[in-house]
Amino acid sequence: MNIVILESDHLQILLDVLRKRGYQVIGPTLGDGAIVYDGLNTTANLPIGWTDEQDGGTYRLKKRNDKALFGYNVGPHSWKKYLLPSELRLWKIKRNGNSFQIVTENEATQKFAFIGVRSCDIHAISIQDKVFMNGQYIDQHYKSQRKDTFIVAVNCGKAGGTCFCVSMNSGPRATFGFDLAMTEILEGENHYFLIETGTELGAEILREIPHKEASEKQKCAADDILKNTAEQMGRSMDTSNIKDLFYRNHEHPRWNNVAERCLTCANCTMVCPTCFCTTIEDVTDLTGEHAERWRKLDSCFTMDFSYIHGGSVRSSIKSRYRQWITHKLATWIDQFGTSGCVGCGRCITWCPVAIDITEEVDAIRKSEPVSERQTTEAVEIKGS
Amino acid sequence: MRKIRKPKLAVWKFASCDGCQLSLLDCEDELLSVVNKIDIAYFLEASRNVVRGPYDISLVEGSVTTQHDAERIQNIRKISKLLITIGACATAGGIQSLRNFKDVKDFISLVYANPQYIETLDKSTPIASHVRVDYELRGCPINKRQLLEIISAYLNERKPNTPSHSVCIECKRRGTVCVMVSQGIPCLGPVTHAGCNAICPTYCRGCYGCYGPKETPNTSSLSEKFSNSGLNNDSIMRMFRTFNACAEPFRKESEAHEIEEAGSNKPEYST
Repeated sequence: MNIVILESDHLQILLDVLRKRGYQVIGPTLGDGAIVYDGLNTTANLPIGWTDEQDGGTYRLKKRNDKALFGYNVGPHSWKKYLLPSELRLWKIKRNGNSFQIVTENEATQKFAFIGVRSCDIHAISIQDKVFMNGQYIDQHYKSQRKDTFIVAVNCGKAGGTCFCVSMNSGPRATFGFDLAMTEILEGENHYFLIETGTELGAEILREIPHKEASEKQKCAADDILKNTAEQMGRSMDTSNIKDLFYRNHEHPRWNNVAERCLTCANCTMVCPTCFCTTIEDVTDLTGEHAERWRKLDSCFTMDFSYIHGGSVRSSIKSRYRQWITHKLATWIDQFGTSGCVGCGRCITWCPVAIDITEEVDAIRKSEPVSERQTTEAVEIKGS
Repeated sequence: MRKIRKPKLAVWKFASCDGCQLSLLDCEDELLSVVNKIDIAYFLEASRNVVRGPYDISLVEGSVTTQHDAERIQNIRKISKLLITIGACATAGGIQSLRNFKDVKDFISLVYANPQYIETLDKSTPIASHVRVDYELRGCPINKRQLLEIISAYLNERKPNTPSHSVCIECKRRGTVCVMVSQGIPCLGPVTHAGCNAICPTYCRGCYGCYGPKETPNTSSLSEKFSNSGLNNDSIMRMFRTFNACAEPFRKESEAHEIEEAGSNKPEYST
């Protein structure tokens, strides 16, 4: 694949070309004390010279000592803000005497170009693609939105304090699922992007922007940056036999321990780029002539989520945390063939009480007698 | 299917500031639709015209603080098919339930020049401590959108959408960045009942908890977080002791920090 150089000053042309082709350009920008995703009119809207410092339950913006455009990691928003809107009207109904008329709203009305999608989030999008576009039940809104989404990936030039994509095999280099992928390079006065094309559409758009061939030295510089990022991961997770680890620890004293800390506030699920649960609300107006059906982002941490006749199935905090993490890291594998976790670290950063998914896995793993761990591993080797 | 007779609505005031019943008048644009469908039969804040009971819906604002009110609510229950309490006073005892932590006689002698004329109960109690309540609308004050939702649900014979999960879900749905994680501002959102659409965090303030405790609130974990961020016991006690001071989980949490106060010498939290 051809790798080319785009001068940082020419990034604006990319945005212009995309807009001219009818895309609404979305990307990282400063907002409410964080780097969030919103509309980008110009590259001046990017968080130029800003970075973030993240740890369990804390996120702070900091100034960098350079003019990097993408010198930070993922923030509180994920791309599901656009692909899986938190509130979406599915249809409207109007009463017509004794009958009624339904107006459906399944088709997306706008096409998006996402700028600065990190590798972990590309993995997350591909997981949601499986959830919504594979199998018998297709989510028409998601499908129509996804069909026209243009993705410009950014390979991470640094790792965040809660990042662990290396453990989850989901970063820091974007390897698929993009139209264009960029690595930002700042060398003294030189500020440029190494661009890799992922699709024919990406190549077509690149042809409209001034660029030149990358030298071997420039390619090496990008490789070094990514190697360095991979070595900086703030967190790590041992995923060996992780499905069985959870399957044999439905009952474990750690669940009581985490229940003492967990607020069941649902922040982890709301910021998670793969969590996809929604609920349905039917509303009517006072006249009784109009009704609407809305889909809203939901969470397995609420009581309503598991409410069936007679009460909530998971009424204890313990059972709700266990359900979430077991689904994310174990039953997800049976359900969709991949882990539900991409190592973006959002659930760690945005948990008000800093509950850390990597620490919880570690605590359960380390509590098991060594003999049990070895036995399972031996069986695994024999079986494979 | 269509009702011929319009349902009769009554609005009752107990110890309160009137803010919640004003939410009904505040509906403005929707008010005409409301009166097209509902006969506002008893609403002294709006009209001296009174239609006698019984009533299909009673909205009850305020808490019970006098013997007279304790008797009055019994009769209101008897003449109401559906009794809905509105606001923190009616659902939890309100800000006036701060008296429940002290001896009310001390307050009376401080506040009134002639305390001998004051007849009051020792405690301010929610309506549900006296009679059966069919539905509660939380908030100080309630949200007019939720009030319309409950009226609309009643008229259309459906379940009202008033979820009891955290305020955090409302923040996240509207894209508001967590003020606690990103700025270190203490926020009661993770233990507070949704309904306001996260108005305070959206204006960069921590949640004051005016909708009271959410379902299964883990207040002690949140207090520990506050404490680790530098809030002292007195500040934590005061956070939980406001409009919903006597809602059980908030009351217990504030009391836990009151007892421990003597041994605490943590510095006051500042941003």
